[in-house]
Amino acid sequence: MVDNYLKFEFPSLPQNVGIARTMTAAFAAQLEFNLAEIEEIRVAVSEAVSNCVIHGYPGKVGIVQLELAVIKDSLVITIRDFGKGIADINQAKQATFSTDPERMGLGLVFMESFMDQLKIISKPDEGTTVIMKKHPERGFANVGISRNC
Amino acid sequence: MFIETERIGPNLIVQIDGELDLETSPLFREKIETKLNQYELIKHLILDLQKVNFIDSSGLGAILGRFRRLSQEGGRVSAVNVSPQVKRIFELSGLLKIIKIYSDRQQALKS
Repeated sequence: MVDNYLKFEFPSLPQNVGIARTMTAAFAAQLEFNLAEIEEIRVAVSEAVSNCVIHGYPGKVGIVQLELAVIKDSLVITIRDFGKGIADINQAKQATFSTDPERMGLGLVFMESFMDQLKIISKPDEGTTVIMKKHPERGFANVGISRNC
Repeated sequence: MFIETERIGPNLIVQIDGELDLETSPLFREKIETKLNQYELIKHLILDLQKVNFIDSSGLGAILGRFRRLSQEGGRVSAVNVSPQVKRIFELSGLLKIIKIYSDRQQALKS
């Protein structure tokens, strides 16, 4: 059951990356996240939306959807693009998988490190959906948290 | 994001005010490249991150790009006044293997 949700849609412009993470942090504040956890969520969203801009729609502008939900005291973030897609997700997860000397290829590493769960669904030429879940550490036994869906 | 630069001998101090991400990293890159081209003898880039409250992999990539240029020319990059959040991102990325952190500008200038 969804306790609360927000849905946004915006063009894949770099200036919307900051807006997306700010909106997410504001939404996440309704749960008992501490400041360090809010910071982790901001980084994870920034990476996911940046990937839509850079890899989803290289050289063009497309639609990005951001869905935020509170489900059973957890924050669930869904970020979707309808762009290029990823042919090999495992290869994309490697930290060194970046052909641009100005990039570190760490986006997926940060998302995986900072969120409790990360799921990526992608098809070439159809787009990519990233689903991330995080539960506030406070009052929550830190056991049995799956890092992967 | 605002960027101010100051040259002290072979050191270029860059004060950044704002968030370093996909939107702002091109400006960061452009400003520093312009200064490095202007002052040919810069060997030490000191990034003052006191007013940086957010950095992600795009920002790290922009720093890495400047490190690559300076290291090719025998130079180095340092960071000062780094917040715990930014330091954690630096640690996770492995950037601390190539960039030294100092408590303040004076320490970095003395190094």
